Amino acid sequence: MSSENGKRLLETDAGGLNFEATELTLGLPGEPRVTSDGGAKLGSKRGFSETVDLKLGDNNREVKLGHSLQEAAKSPVSKTQVVGWPPVRGFAKRGKKSCKYVKVAVDGAPYLRKVDLEIYNSYQQLLTSLEDMFSCFTIRNYLNEKKIDQVNGIEYMPTYEDKDGDWMLVGDVPWQMFVESCKRLRLMKSSEAVGLGLTTGPKYSSTN
Amino acid sequence: MHKKMAFSFPDEVLEHVFSFIQSDKDRNAVSMVCKSWYEIERWCRRKVFVGNCYAVSPKMVIRRFPEFRSIELKGKPHFADFNLVPDGWGGYVSPWIEEMAGAYPWLEEIRLKRMVVTDESLELIAKSFKNFKVLVLSSCEGFSTDGLAVIAASCKNLKELDLRDCEVDDLSAHWLSHFPETYTSLVSLNISCLGSDEASFSALERLVGRCTNLKTLQLNRAVPLDKIANILRHAPQLVEFGTGTYTADVRPDVYSDLAGVFSSCKELKSLSGFWDVVPDYLPAIYPVCSKLTSLNLSYATIQSPDLIKLVSHCPNLQRLLVLDYIEDSGLEVLASSCKDLQELRVFPSDPFGAEPNVSLTEQGLVAVSLGCPKLQSVLYFCRRMSNEALVTIARNRPNFTRFRLCIIEPKTADYLTLEPLDVGFGAIVQYCKDLKRLSLSGLLTDRVFEYIGTYAKKLEMLSVAFAGDSDLGLHHVLSGCESLRKLEIRDCPFGDKALLANAAKLETMRSLWMSSCAVSFAACKLLGQKMPRLNVEVIDERGPPDSRPENCPVDKLYIYRSIAGPRFDMPPFVWTMDEDSGLRLS
Repeated sequence: MSSENGKRLLETDAGGLNFEATELTLGLPGEPRVTSDGGAKLGSKRGFSETVDLKLGDNNREVKLGHSLQEAAKSPVSKTQVVGWPPVRGFAKRGKKSCKYVKVAVDGAPYLRKVDLEIYNSYQQLLTSLEDMFSCFTIRNYLNEKKIDQVNGIEYMPTYEDKDGDWMLVGDVPWQMFVESCKRLRLMKSSEAVGLGLTTGPKYSSTN
Repeated sequence: MHKKMAFSFPDEVLEHVFSFIQSDKDRNAVSMVCKSWYEIERWCRRKVFVGNCYAVSPKMVIRRFPEFRSIELKGKPHFADFNLVPDGWGGYVSPWIEEMAGAYPWLEEIRLKRMVVTDESLELIAKSFKNFKVLVLSSCEGFSTDGLAVIAASCKNLKELDLRDCEVDDLSAHWLSHFPETYTSLVSLNISCLGSDEASFSALERLVGRCTNLKTLQLNRAVPLDKIANILRHAPQLVEFGTGTYTADVRPDVYSDLAGVFSSCKELKSLSGFWDVVPDYLPAIYPVCSKLTSLNLSYATIQSPDLIKLVSHCPNLQRLLVLDYIEDSGLEVLASSCKDLQELRVFPSDPFGAEPNVSLTEQGLVAVSLGCPKLQSVLYFCRRMSNEALVTIARNRPNFTRFRLCIIEPKTADYLTLEPLDVGFGAIVQYCKDLKRLSLSGLLTDRVFEYIGTYAKKLEMLSVAFAGDSDLGLHHVLSGCESLRKLEIRDCPFGDKALLANAAKLETMRSLWMSSCAVSFAACKLLGQKMPRLNVEVIDERGPPDSRPENCPVDKLYIYRSIAGPRFDMPPFVWTMDEDSGLRLS
């Protein structure tokens, strides 16, 4: 069956373009886009007390996890979010007191995304989710003060605009307070953030 | 003209005959019979439907149909509902409003879906169309309550204002008071999407009070329970009602007031809303339950026992939207109580949780498929499925027209046999010969697509995610599904071969969406070059596709047929492949 169909595919159909003449190949650079163990990756739980390496290379969507993952967090963990899956619309509005959609802009990325802050329980969850969404970029995780390898990219600092219109560093205030006051997020290039004087505070060490 | 008419009816007679033909498909067929019928039909078409706003230009529509009164436009692809289409992609209604404002002072109805609507457009509508009657904005965004205020103030003949699932910049609830005191023609109002905390209840009450023809009223979450009684008292003639937040401290006086008012609503057939519902107040609606045909509890976070009690009171239910709190046990009760059920949607209460939080499995769906002989439309979220269950469901219910199953974890196998769910979905398409819409999930190989291509001859819309092994899968669908109009695919290993081999098929469809698949930039260019009546749009956040090797897969691809040519309102992350792209970019 499959060989017959395979033959049909390569013939010049009245309805098709002669594929062989185009000499296109399906070879993909780097890793395949769709991981065959997609299920396993999506189902893995993360420990938040682990040091999570936030750096992601170009096509490498795998996040390196600490060894003690299995003994990880006691608190219930939300799944790693795949964008748009499961396909529920405005889920946050169902059965929740409020939904808090904020736009996320990344310096240098041509378009915005929206996240619902209400579905996260901590900064770590939020940052991890942002990483997945903007996998080409490296987001600095101030939480563990780890210096991140700059081999593949520029560092980004998660900042947000609060109710008063001020731009603040993500992580300075308790999580709930942040959720309430955050109007939108911006992953700012670290160099710019320095210029704006956002690199103050004992928790954060400047990369310069 | 008269010579030809000698053996035919006069125009007026034909026009009269055509006036009984309402459906677009039929009108399109009529217009193809001969030139004179085309002419007559185009002058008397009153309702125009444009399924993809970029398939045709406003000028073209206006040129062909000089006297339409009602227009329906759709913009963004369906996957925009799940954040897969970046902000700014397109779907702007302003060019349409601007063209129509000049040409059609008598336009009465505008219905938009997934489009970007600005306050300026709303103002233009309010100013330009003196007899404007119906504004339905479904899943639209880009406007604020300021724009609504202008509509309220200016459209004296407005009958319907429906903002279902819109994202509205809620600047102030006072827009409602812009309806003049003399305004009484409202028949339908849906503001369930609005969020504002401070709501002008008195303005709302007065509006409801003076609009005695009001049949549909869907409030937003901000309207508290104790205000509902007053509002309903002013409108006992309502047929469809959506509550606001359905929670309050349990007080007998509030309860009996509410129950009393519901009893006086003799025409009520449909209920929705129920945010934050408190079970103690649910029995207040029992007086209307026996007449209810539609019940939307998709925001109601109540548990199975309360849901069961409620559903048992509604023997005439035809449509139920509910959270998975209903569980298998609740669905079994539904199956035995609601023999008229035609549509069921079960939503996940905790879609992002790693573990199941409720006891809802494939058994609930099996029970409903067995017990409800008229069931034709299903949307079901669950965490496990088996081929056996799907085959049973298919055999029980060959009359399905819409079957959308979402197994929450991608690539989940049959939980009994650990095999792919190919055979199960194969049974669905084999038994349900009238199936028009299908959404797949779970572990699926190319085989399921072979079944679909072989059997799903009436299928018009197919949604695929995390499925298939190779291009063969896509080839089966494109070559076999004769009625296919819309195909949306994400995260599947489908590449160039099937797409290019079936290029002509794409012109017979409204659109194809493919994201996170394996279609190369080179193939997109080729398609765009060779198929001038297709717009091939590459959406990529990583920057211009020609900055990477040609065989690199594109991030997102949206292909749609169009007689308007490439559009010019694209944002920087969208590229249209056209005839020149091969020459320019190579």
